[in-house]
Amino acid sequence: MALKYDLQEVEVWDGNYAASHALRQAQVDVVAAYPITPSTPVVENYGQFVADGYVDGEFVMVESEHAAMSGCVGAAAAGGRVATATSSQGFALMVEVLYQASGMRLPIVLNLVNRALASPLNVRGDHSDMYLGRDAGWIMLDAFNAQEAYDMNLCAFRVGEHMDIRLPVMVNQDGFITSHTAQNVRPLSDEDAYKFVGEYVPVEEMLDFSRPVTYGAQTEEDWHFEHKARQHKALIDARPVIENVFAEFEKVSGRKYNRVESYLTNDAEVIIVALGTTVESARVAAQYLRDNEGIKAGVVAPRVIRPFPFDAIRTALENCKAIGAMDRSAPGGALGMLFNEVSAAVYTISSRPLVTNYIYGLGGRDLTMEQIKDIFRDLKKNVDAGYITTKIQQFIGLRGPKLEFFETRRS
Amino acid sequence: MAITSIKNLKEFSTANDRFEGAHLLCPGCAHSMIVRELMNCTDDNLVIATNTGCLEVSTAVYPYTSWDTSWIHIGFENAATAASGAEAMYKARKRKGTLKNPDAPVKFVAFGGDGSTYDIGFQWLSGAVERGHDFTYICLDNEVYANTGGQRSSSTPIGASSTTAPAGRVSYGKKENKKDMMAIMAANGAHYVAQVAPNKWKNMAQAFQKALATEGPCYINAISACTTEWKFDAKDTIHISDLATDSLVFPLYEIVGGHELNITYRPKNIIPVCDYLGAQGRFRHLFKPENEHVLVEWQKRVDANWERLQRREEARV
Repeated sequence: MALKYDLQEVEVWDGNYAASHALRQAQVDVVAAYPITPSTPVVENYGQFVADGYVDGEFVMVESEHAAMSGCVGAAAAGGRVATATSSQGFALMVEVLYQASGMRLPIVLNLVNRALASPLNVRGDHSDMYLGRDAGWIMLDAFNAQEAYDMNLCAFRVGEHMDIRLPVMVNQDGFITSHTAQNVRPLSDEDAYKFVGEYVPVEEMLDFSRPVTYGAQTEEDWHFEHKARQHKALIDARPVIENVFAEFEKVSGRKYNRVESYLTNDAEVIIVALGTTVESARVAAQYLRDNEGIKAGVVAPRVIRPFPFDAIRTALENCKAIGAMDRSAPGGALGMLFNEVSAAVYTISSRPLVTNYIYGLGGRDLTMEQIKDIFRDLKKNVDAGYITTKIQQFIGLRGPKLEFFETRRS
Repeated sequence: MAITSIKNLKEFSTANDRFEGAHLLCPGCAHSMIVRELMNCTDDNLVIATNTGCLEVSTAVYPYTSWDTSWIHIGFENAATAASGAEAMYKARKRKGTLKNPDAPVKFVAFGGDGSTYDIGFQWLSGAVERGHDFTYICLDNEVYANTGGQRSSSTPIGASSTTAPAGRVSYGKKENKKDMMAIMAANGAHYVAQVAPNKWKNMAQAFQKALATEGPCYINAISACTTEWKFDAKDTIHISDLATDSLVFPLYEIVGGHELNITYRPKNIIPVCDYLGAQGRFRHLFKPENEHVLVEWQKRVDANWERLQRREEARV
């Protein structure tokens, strides 16, 4: 029996420590992991919990991230709760197995502590790794601070293990800004947390020999399409399940989460859409501009990146006039992911808002409050002009001459 | 019913079969003989992980499966890790009391071809053995990437012609020696290591049973004659396997605890290596006059290896 951990009502935890406590409270059966900056402390802390008797499960330190996810798949198919953590290059190395995990419908929880992808090598936070995983068929949640890193982990088990869903779940948090910054976190007690997450219910488990199962079969053109379509349907069907889990979590924690988090959007003319820690900065900037410059600014943030909250994003943005979609990942010769997906959502609104794309913060480059305010001011200019006054995509906080791409058309 | 009570091949051939015959492996493929024997040599429940390869693509094409036991395939390289994960889950659930049949004996087995064992999955295998998981890894060694049509692997022997190391006007085929996985796995810390061949089926069953009974990681290198890529008639699989073991190209031996080497089969009549090479299309070009030196080197290398194994066996260290 695992020892109970005595927790204060308010703990001072960073995002990594918060995540590892959530894994401990969920009493994960197998953690198979490989350390990488900045996610390493999730695994180290968990290892300490194991060493101190706070966890009954197995802790398997494998020889690479590819093996970490492979071990998680083998463990999950054997019918128990499984979790791991990684970042950046480690995530890139496990990509092959991410698709296999979701294709086999195994509810694994992966903490992805967001970090840039090399080359050049960089250990700081951006969202390149998050974007790399977006088509892997996983549910993707985003935490904007340490409290949410804890909360989203508990919710992740509930969502992924739901009988109608059975899909793996990623919990994203910003490398260093969230993962290594100590903040006040209000944890649930061990009892309440475990009660919320619930006992793991095995489905098609390899250790029930009365019903042998075959995992990872081959399908060609005759069946592959049907499998992938069903997987997509499970992702889309996860939307109400996620909402229900968030509602139940509010009952036990008092903290309310939504698939899309909206801030000051009711009367907003200009809205920034962002992910990660930028969300909270943008909220501060929006309030400032309302108070000091009369700009009706708001912030919209996808809490759930996959399944993409097309409906909720559209609802959140339908009354605004200009949108700044902020992408913290090198767009690789295209517009940013958030720009493309937000644009798709608002394209079906009759009074289509003006959408621009801001690339920022790559490799951990700081985003200042002044830069965010300038984006809001840009958006306001667009609203007043009735068209996009700049090029559609701009790079923010870059050294040297200003870089902007993709011409707009005024008529 | 396990093979422990089976006295002869006829009985074995009618034993309880957890590996269904309706698979897509080539006629004459030795893979199915090895897999079938593994599954017949124990009554324990089996969790089997399989790397991508001939065995995997031929036995689990949806909506069919040949596996009347728990089976998983993830990728080309990670069956050893899938077995690790499942074994870790078994331990965790046994401790927590969440298994449906907590008292039923369970064995964890991983299969891979030489492509996934010697090459692309080498790291995953090494990691799983180092971590000491209680599992048996069986390499179905046909010395070539057969599933993708006959490309060289690091198990392909010198002089064999393969599509990526072909014999031609100025080349006798592969120039590099076969990797010694037996020595590597013994050094890697595998508790039991054995080389087996399906023609010596009792010997093979004994090795399987020893491996399954040994706690900790075990490695079996099973010679799997490939009718398609070695280029011999499908009816001759066992004949070719006999030539392999009796020429000592594939000596059968075990290494216990990383150091204690035992030769488990001594041919009564050792046959020349040329008899083995000459029976296969992949070595046909070696019999041209300009390649005679390769044949001479082949015999010398096999003789030296047999000498080495005997000295190791005598040394008991």
